Amino acid sequence: MTASSKALPRISVQQEEHEDPREHLMLDPKPRGEMNAMVMESMHTTSWKFWVVTAILSIIVAVCLFGAWGYLIAEGMGVAGINRPDYWGIFIVDTVFWIGISHAGTFVSALLRVFKAEFRRPFTRAAELMTTFGLVQAGLSIFMHLGRVWLAYWMMPYPNERGLWPDLHSPLMWDFLAINTYLLCSTMYLFLPLIPDLAMARDRSTGWRKIFYRTLSLGFRGTEGEWTHLKNAMNIFAWAILPVMFSVHTIVSWDFAMATRPGWSSTIFGPYFVIGALHSGLAAVVMVLFVIRSTMKHMKYFIRPEHFDALGKLMLVISMCWAYFFFNDYIVQWYGGDQWTKILLAFHEQAPQSYIYFTMLICNIVVPWLTLWNRKVRRTPWLMFIIGLLINVGMWLERYVIIPMTLTINRMPFTWRVYHPGIEIPLGIGTLAFFILLYMLASRVIPLVPVWEVQEGQMAHTLRKVGKARVKTVSEID
Amino acid sequence: MDTTTKTPESGAQQDTVTQGKWGMVIDQDLCTGCQACVAACAMENNISFVGEEDVNYGRSMHWIRIERFWQGSYPDVKMTPYQPVTCQQCHKAPCEPVCPVFASLHSEAEDLNLQVYNRCIGTRYCANNCPYQVRAFNWRDWVRPDPLSNQLNPDVTVRRRGVMEKCTFCIQRIRKVEDTAESENRDIRDGEVVPACAQACPANAIVFGRIDDPTTAVSKLTNSSRGSKLLEDLGTLPRITYLKGA
Repeated sequence: MTASSKALPRISVQQEEHEDPREHLMLDPKPRGEMNAMVMESMHTTSWKFWVVTAILSIIVAVCLFGAWGYLIAEGMGVAGINRPDYWGIFIVDTVFWIGISHAGTFVSALLRVFKAEFRRPFTRAAELMTTFGLVQAGLSIFMHLGRVWLAYWMMPYPNERGLWPDLHSPLMWDFLAINTYLLCSTMYLFLPLIPDLAMARDRSTGWRKIFYRTLSLGFRGTEGEWTHLKNAMNIFAWAILPVMFSVHTIVSWDFAMATRPGWSSTIFGPYFVIGALHSGLAAVVMVLFVIRSTMKHMKYFIRPEHFDALGKLMLVISMCWAYFFFNDYIVQWYGGDQWTKILLAFHEQAPQSYIYFTMLICNIVVPWLTLWNRKVRRTPWLMFIIGLLINVGMWLERYVIIPMTLTINRMPFTWRVYHPGIEIPLGIGTLAFFILLYMLASRVIPLVPVWEVQEGQMAHTLRKVGKARVKTVSEID
Repeated sequence: MDTTTKTPESGAQQDTVTQGKWGMVIDQDLCTGCQACVAACAMENNISFVGEEDVNYGRSMHWIRIERFWQGSYPDVKMTPYQPVTCQQCHKAPCEPVCPVFASLHSEAEDLNLQVYNRCIGTRYCANNCPYQVRAFNWRDWVRPDPLSNQLNPDVTVRRRGVMEKCTFCIQRIRKVEDTAESENRDIRDGEVVPACAQACPANAIVFGRIDDPTTAVSKLTNSSRGSKLLEDLGTLPRITYLKGA
């Protein structure tokens, strides 16, 4: 509260509504040259702490990811915790989790772009990078899961003299094709809006960076024609990638929904998984934004409480949607009264593993519902980080409930067994470390803020005086 | 193969006994739970020696298992008949369409579910989707203790780590008899093909043969009023009939 509000307590509420417009990034413009320099500086300023963290993460990746994976390949799947009937364990949990994380990138970037949500501008790039790197981890996790990973290329439809072909009846094949499509599309979609920023960086760097940016920016100079082409391409991609995004996680859910197992055979799994992906994905975006904001130079200018605020509202809505789908899935299965489903639901909710189920519900529903309605909470970045972390824990547990816990119960009671993870845990930590490492290294060469998009937004936003009030206006650019 | 009938209520297709080729009958009232079939199957099919620790964790490799259940709670505990469970060789097998590389596929000639070890990449989807949980995954390369390492069956592939396997109805024996019959220019006689489990069963609880020929012993038992199929409501059309009760 400022001094004026103390003097005039009665109108303090109104004052909150008429806050300082410079709180909004779009109404707080900086000259182009200065902003370009800020973004360049944020990439170039690397403290010793960065390298310490990089070194630690590299060691974790080397040991937990590649070391443990090599051991797994050499020894066989026996070193993991999977057994009969839990044939799929944390590997698939991680796969679904990372694909979920990757969804937020496209959601934030493409969906908010086509709906012209202005708050998206400074963090589309940060979210798109999550898509690409998240998919890398999802791919790694699914390869770890294969019993004979060195033959994984047999899923590719390549010509061979025996005339062998992959089976397109298998949901795993659909999944394989969908994830590959999504990886290709999202990489291109990451690259297109990056071109003007790469060109900007090219004009402001020397040495190997100059060569790097010159190669990647494809000779972009910013002429009217180039912008028209680029905008058209981005528009096409933003629309085209949305159905891809929705289909990918639907198809991931079909891996389960198509199977004849109690708890899996559910027609609502498609949208339920999509919403779940957005739930964890948006939470992850918030976490990444907090880290970027608090560690990288000048990022406090670009990423502001208003962005956490907007994302927090979205998270609350998504959490409600998730609860709706969860309830819908649950009530139909429960009311259906199938004997195996009944046993399964009881197993979810009762000891010894009921804490997983209830932690999931608390993290996914109770935490966001109790906190995110509050504007102050939404505008406090570190609180949002913690809420994001809890939601991600909850969503990871949700996949854990759906995969190994549900697999424990089947129609042959003689085979029921509880799953205890083994080498999956270091491998999962390894994928997390690899994700952070890739992101950190990318933050040194890729402008995490789409400068042109922010500048475009700032040009479009103006404050006009209408009588005594100042009104925010946005002009249509496209 | 098209001798299907339609139930008036649902229009769903139901099989008749004449469908299929090879079938098995397991008489639960005769089964003593002695596990001779399990041992014979392991010998015949080169099944790995898994060891106590892994078996306790649900990684046994046996293609046939004897399920034991009991009813009621102490002190009124009653044993139910032993239930030997092996691959039911479903006509509509849930394991088959889910394999991305055709490692799990249907034999049109024998109407059996095949598992092509060389083609398997180890996604384990087939095992997840098997309602009978009869598939065994090679979790490791287990060591075969001496002198059992000297008795491997040359007619059966030795599987390595990372592939799925399951009961084949001793397809190597079926093929052998078929070849002999063909070279002698005659039909296969009833009871000529005997899988290892049926051969070893001291109580003759397992009967194997052609179920498309109504004169065979297995066909007659299949049509017995004591017969039922495992999880019949799933519509997998299993080829094994269980006999139980009066």
